[in-house]
Amino acid sequence: MEQGNKKKNAAAKDKRQKLVDATMRRHGHSPYALIETLHTVQEVYGYLDDENLKYVAESLRVPLSKVYGVATFYHFFTLKPQGEHTAVVCTGTACYIKGVPGILSALREKFFVEAGETTEDNKLSVLTARCIGSCGLAPAVVFDGEIAGAVTPDIVVERVGRLLEQ
Amino acid sequence: MTPEEFNKIGEKHRNKRDEFTHNIRVCTAAACATLKSEEVKKAFEKEVKEQDKKKTCRVSGTGCLGLCASGPLVTVNDGQALYAKVSVGDVKDIVNNIDKKPVKRLEIPADTPFFARQTKIALENCGTTDPESLEDYLALRGYESLYKVLTEKTQVEVIEEMVKSGLRGRGGGGFPVGLKWSTVYKALGDKKYVICNADEGDPGAFMDRSMLESDPHSILEGMAIAGYAVGADQGYVYIRGEYPLAIKRLRAAIRQAERNHFLGKNIFDTPFSFNVELRLGAGAFVCGEETALIASIEGKRGTPRPRPPYPAQYGLWGCPTLINNVETLSNIAPIFRKGAEYYASIGTEKSKGTKVFALAGSIKNTGLIEVPMGITLREIVFDIGGGILGDKKFKAVQTGGPSGGCIPEQFLDMPVDYESLAGVGSIMGSGGMIVMDETSCMIDVAKYFMDFCKSESCGKCVPCRVGTAQMHRLLVLISEGKASMRDFELLEELCDVVKSTSLCGLGMTAPNPVLSTIRYFKDEYIAHIVDKVCPAGVCVMESKEEVVL
Repeated sequence: MEQGNKKKNAAAKDKRQKLVDATMRRHGHSPYALIETLHTVQEVYGYLDDENLKYVAESLRVPLSKVYGVATFYHFFTLKPQGEHTAVVCTGTACYIKGVPGILSALREKFFVEAGETTEDNKLSVLTARCIGSCGLAPAVVFDGEIAGAVTPDIVVERVGRLLEQ
Repeated sequence: MTPEEFNKIGEKHRNKRDEFTHNIRVCTAAACATLKSEEVKKAFEKEVKEQDKKKTCRVSGTGCLGLCASGPLVTVNDGQALYAKVSVGDVKDIVNNIDKKPVKRLEIPADTPFFARQTKIALENCGTTDPESLEDYLALRGYESLYKVLTEKTQVEVIEEMVKSGLRGRGGGGFPVGLKWSTVYKALGDKKYVICNADEGDPGAFMDRSMLESDPHSILEGMAIAGYAVGADQGYVYIRGEYPLAIKRLRAAIRQAERNHFLGKNIFDTPFSFNVELRLGAGAFVCGEETALIASIEGKRGTPRPRPPYPAQYGLWGCPTLINNVETLSNIAPIFRKGAEYYASIGTEKSKGTKVFALAGSIKNTGLIEVPMGITLREIVFDIGGGILGDKKFKAVQTGGPSGGCIPEQFLDMPVDYESLAGVGSIMGSGGMIVMDETSCMIDVAKYFMDFCKSESCGKCVPCRVGTAQMHRLLVLISEGKASMRDFELLEELCDVVKSTSLCGLGMTAPNPVLSTIRYFKDEYIAHIVDKVCPAGVCVMESKEEVVL
């Protein structure tokens, strides 16, 4: 059984690796393709792990220090794995003046998690975004990829609670 | 391709569209999509099928209709009737009454100031075309400007037309577009590039997002015309990674345009070739600055470099590069379709044409609007915007995001153009307009923007890296009631230093939110520092006693 799982994992890994390779190939393994490749890595693995950073650095012939520099410069990239569920709180201006601080403190009180962190049981990550462009519906929170507009701290706590029960 | 052949393409699609007596369009742009407009669209398709009206009614998705606060929005026959807050349950009523009078309870009258006061040029097709359909764009005379330009005009004539239109860069700087094009055209080099700056990093702005999601082809057409004028054969769209729907639609549009030879080799059988590729941004505000943007496309950290040389001479991979913002580019095709004179006839002496604004904050009608330059702030906030939410008292309107300032009530009757806004210490910016009421604390707002600039500073130059952090620290002290007047003086001094000595626009404009709030709301700063109270009741004062630091 365990062996079967391992095999399955290896096969899945291969498939993901192929997607990363395809991106690099499309750009002719040029060092210019670094950001595009990191986008693909994050898309298929969920985050940028050390192994992949090294692999990309070697394949594109870019010093690892530079790859690390780029990966940490841009907010979109994350070097830590995310929890099973994510709540991305928009902190754009419109959302901010309509009460984001209250939402974040409600999440802190209820689920003991700060913005940018994951709960200890790895179930929930609370992230912030600098404006997701849904200012017409401020304040907005993205629950597992689904945007919810005009939320209140109570609604957020309730929605997160439902996510965790799943 | 002969003109007759080209005209036939548009005509074919117009005829196809006109076969239907009723066009039902459901807004599928980001805001309405969040409110489940896809389900409403599906319900319409089902209802039309059930009532056996498939031959007369066409259901399609469409781009942003503007009034995002009242989504999902639905139009029938492009403006004949406009319905707001449509739910799946309302669909039956609308289809039942499609040949009769509009359904009263959902209808928004066409003469509502929100719609009646706007002049749509850049947003012309938003709401009348399906963003995922090239046919719809062609039916609205899409790619006609590109055809005209490629077959009838020389490069110099195209640039002259742009100069005549008086269009200025809509990304915030307001640099004359004609002049920029002619600089790149004159620059020496075999290879040139056109970049569309779609890295809308300004928090509280969503114009570019809506345009990319609603009418991607007009941006591609604008880029191709720009490419022809300056002599470039390759274009890049640098788009925010946070906008998945815009990326998807733009990708699809590029593919459609390539397949139908509106992009690619020898467009319309002319010697002109032009390709467009997407590059995803990764969440760095500084990448809106043109040299940082170029570094990011080259796969590096997005740090700016000193200018000159300007990208027009030395840009992407050292080649002359034209960088225009999304809104600028979406104005190009309409200008060539309607004529530069028409465009120049709108607006004020120095700021021609129209400007798209994203209205948000404490205002009734949040959404996307396009108004002629020179309109007053009062008209935007109270007529188009419908006034303040909950009938609270107006306090300020913030334009230009982290680089702009807060404009108080006494300037509400000021015309909106580049010079007037700069005159009161703000900027036009890319078009974010956040309205604040009496419950917003200006120190809190200044602190918010400084926190933003602090975390977005790339760290290359000292004034910006250290200055923003120190200004933020001082603002935190003020908001907690722990600051003295000496700190306040220090804050003013720091603003001056950071403004005059930073390397790029981010640092040079970072003090603007602080400066403008000090200029117009100094009494609030004093109240926080001396009386240790927050007049708006936002800031939590830790202690009322003087804290010696």
